[in-house]
Amino acid sequence: MNTLSPTPTSEINKKLLRMEGISKSFPGVLALSDSRFELRSGEVHALVGENGAGKSTMMKILGGIYEKDAGHIFLEDKEVEIQGPRMAQHLGISIIHQELNLMPHLTVAQNIFIGREPRSKIPFALDDKAANQQTERVLDMLNLQMDPTMKVADLTVAKQQMVEIAKALSFNAKILVMDEPTAALTDTEIDELFRIIRQLREKGVGIVHISHRLEELKQISDRVTVMRDGKYIDTLQTKDATIDQIISLMVGRVIFETAPELPEVPSKEVVLEVRNLNRGKVLRDINFSLMKGEILGFAGLMGAGRTEVARAIFGADEYDSGEIYVNNKQVHIKSPGDAVTCGIGYLSEDRKRYGLALGLDVKENVVMSTMKKFMRGLGWMDFKKIVSRGNEMVKALNIKTPSLEQKVKFLSGGNQQKVVIGKWLTADTDILIFDEPTRGIDVGAKSEIYKLLNDLAHQGKAIIMISSELPEILRMSHRVVVMCEGRVTGILNANEASQESIMKFATMRSNVVRKN
Amino acid sequence: MKNDTTSAKTMFRADAIQRIMAFGALIVLAVGFSLASPYFRTFDNFVGILLATAVNGVLGLGVTFIIITGGIDLSVGTVLTFSAVMTGVFITNWHLPIPIGILGGITAGALAGLVNGVLISRMKIPPFIATLGMLYATKGLSLVISELKPIYFNDTPIFREMAMGSVLGKIIPGFEVPNAVLILFGAAIIAHLILSRTILGRYTYALGSNEEATRLSGVNVAAWKTAVYTLGGLFSGVGGVLMAARLNSAQPALGAGYELDAIAAVVIGGTSLSGGEGSILGTIIGAFIISTLTNGLRILSVPQEWQMVVTGGIVVMAVYLDILRRGRK
Repeated sequence: MNTLSPTPTSEINKKLLRMEGISKSFPGVLALSDSRFELRSGEVHALVGENGAGKSTMMKILGGIYEKDAGHIFLEDKEVEIQGPRMAQHLGISIIHQELNLMPHLTVAQNIFIGREPRSKIPFALDDKAANQQTERVLDMLNLQMDPTMKVADLTVAKQQMVEIAKALSFNAKILVMDEPTAALTDTEIDELFRIIRQLREKGVGIVHISHRLEELKQISDRVTVMRDGKYIDTLQTKDATIDQIISLMVGRVIFETAPELPEVPSKEVVLEVRNLNRGKVLRDINFSLMKGEILGFAGLMGAGRTEVARAIFGADEYDSGEIYVNNKQVHIKSPGDAVTCGIGYLSEDRKRYGLALGLDVKENVVMSTMKKFMRGLGWMDFKKIVSRGNEMVKALNIKTPSLEQKVKFLSGGNQQKVVIGKWLTADTDILIFDEPTRGIDVGAKSEIYKLLNDLAHQGKAIIMISSELPEILRMSHRVVVMCEGRVTGILNANEASQESIMKFATMRSNVVRKN
Repeated sequence: MKNDTTSAKTMFRADAIQRIMAFGALIVLAVGFSLASPYFRTFDNFVGILLATAVNGVLGLGVTFIIITGGIDLSVGTVLTFSAVMTGVFITNWHLPIPIGILGGITAGALAGLVNGVLISRMKIPPFIATLGMLYATKGLSLVISELKPIYFNDTPIFREMAMGSVLGKIIPGFEVPNAVLILFGAAIIAHLILSRTILGRYTYALGSNEEATRLSGVNVAAWKTAVYTLGGLFSGVGGVLMAARLNSAQPALGAGYELDAIAAVVIGGTSLSGGEGSILGTIIGAFIISTLTNGLRILSVPQEWQMVVTGGIVVMAVYLDILRRGRK
């Protein structure tokens, strides 16, 4: 079996891929509109943009995982219609996804040859020896020390990634897309990965490198394409571009149309304080405090650890060390139940999975976490009380529902969010953690949620608002905590915070200076 | 990175320990019962245990494949009945030659498995539901076809001989181990080879390990899943024929509940219900643990009801040990 035939050097720098006019929409969202991308052989082309800029969608279209709504894809100047991942593989396109696509229980060689196992002469029987030998050859080409018979589950994430790369190469990949390949790697592992990327580049493979780590792009990439809001913005030669320039292209120059609408400055009364919170590699030495009446924004790129902070405070995940104080009293929160007792409520980014019982109706959801308050003796429910509380919340939060008996799955996203808020208000929690409060909510309902948050802060609730939308952070927060790779890299006051300053902290790795 | 090799070694040890643990438990049981009762340690009793394991062991083989894919098959017990009844129909009612009758019975089981596979992989019915449906359907069909009466193989004594005779006894005088036991071990070896050496086996593990990744690797997931359930049905068919031969009759009311024994054997043998790992050797050990336990407790005059309680405890304990092992990872 032919496993690896590097493109001759003469073909380096020829145009490998052109994507033009690519559009794609998902229900309610225009993910890509008239976007484009270009790749030459023997180059590392970085693709950057904020969360939701459309990078991954673009590459999933290339990999045959999504179907494009409009546009053209040319491979070496020949137009192709990529139907399914299988076809993409045959065309020489390999994608290494953020979530690795391996079978952990199988060995390295078994993973690399899944779907095209070498056979022995006996019908149906496998020739594992041949697979192991061929795997060794591929690994040798990458100068990788790895035993083909190791189980993938026993490898480090970095090595697993190498297995994916080896798998891609064994398909004769001409185009290799890596989505956030360094997100889970240590520095030495990143060096190893970059060594392999450079080696592939020399062999003429075109490499697309999606990353949030801008300083890393300077080391590895030849060109950078910036995307924003599903659109192509610009392509720069990496050596001519500065990080500041890339950031400003990423966030754009659009000024948010509405001025910040902050309620008056919060009191100086600290209601929540987190000291030296640690959880493995996910959270490192987190320190911050939250004031009564304050909206504290949490900004950062995907995987920065914002949700993990929230989950640790809320008792959904165990943390290794650290102290949490509520109203200046140290608390030991071991479960979400403890958190509720301490007056902390958490509104998950995934309302449908973690926030609501979709099959139950509005009033039942509102009293869900405080059922005990709505019971008479022997566990009988006090329906009168439940109905009156439900009505109260519908009115107070302006929930648009035909009746209290409406199942929440039939409500719009915005109204579902309000039901969740109603649930936590009923629980009488003074500290509310909103994780992506407006995700999947349309523009009109968004401003209503904003108003609600402001009202709550005004009433003296303390609010943590995790958001990936910088305009939202800027508009709502009194202060902004910026995180990167499990660390708090900056805490900004509203007057210091701008898209640029936040982005700078959000991409600030622990060791910014890295040699080339 | 230098940790890779050391962690691999400890991993290997943990795996080996798990396998040894089940085998160790079996030895402890056997030694314990032998000390407790002289009747237990007789040759005839050991043969009895082997024979009692034959049917459940064969059923467990197919279930092992299915559970490794992350699925479940509740229908193996009644598919076994169905196969036994069909064998009776072919041999006794239709007077077909015995080999054809046996083949027909096994085919009937495989067909039921094929239907399971199609329901699950093409129509996306959850395995629990699809095979629950098959459980009822084959139970009913067995009763309908047999008209509620056992079908005896009195005209064809050689059929019973195939399971209860002893080829070994003829070769080694005095070593009267029934053929049914040989069939169990033969089937186990074949199952082991399929699981470890063939594409079907490889995809069985791949499906249970990460079905989506397997699909994205270009594997026809639906076809292979169907094949796995068909194989499960085929082993049920073998079990059905074995059962009919042993009892010299196809009993249309027997077989319900066997699926639970088979699943218990697989689970005790260390196959993970979440899929991706498991072995035939483990299942065979698991099946022997159950039958040794039943046999030993009976010899010690523990009532049958209590035997069930103990079996239940063992199943839960085996899984709990597995969880502890995983937790340490």
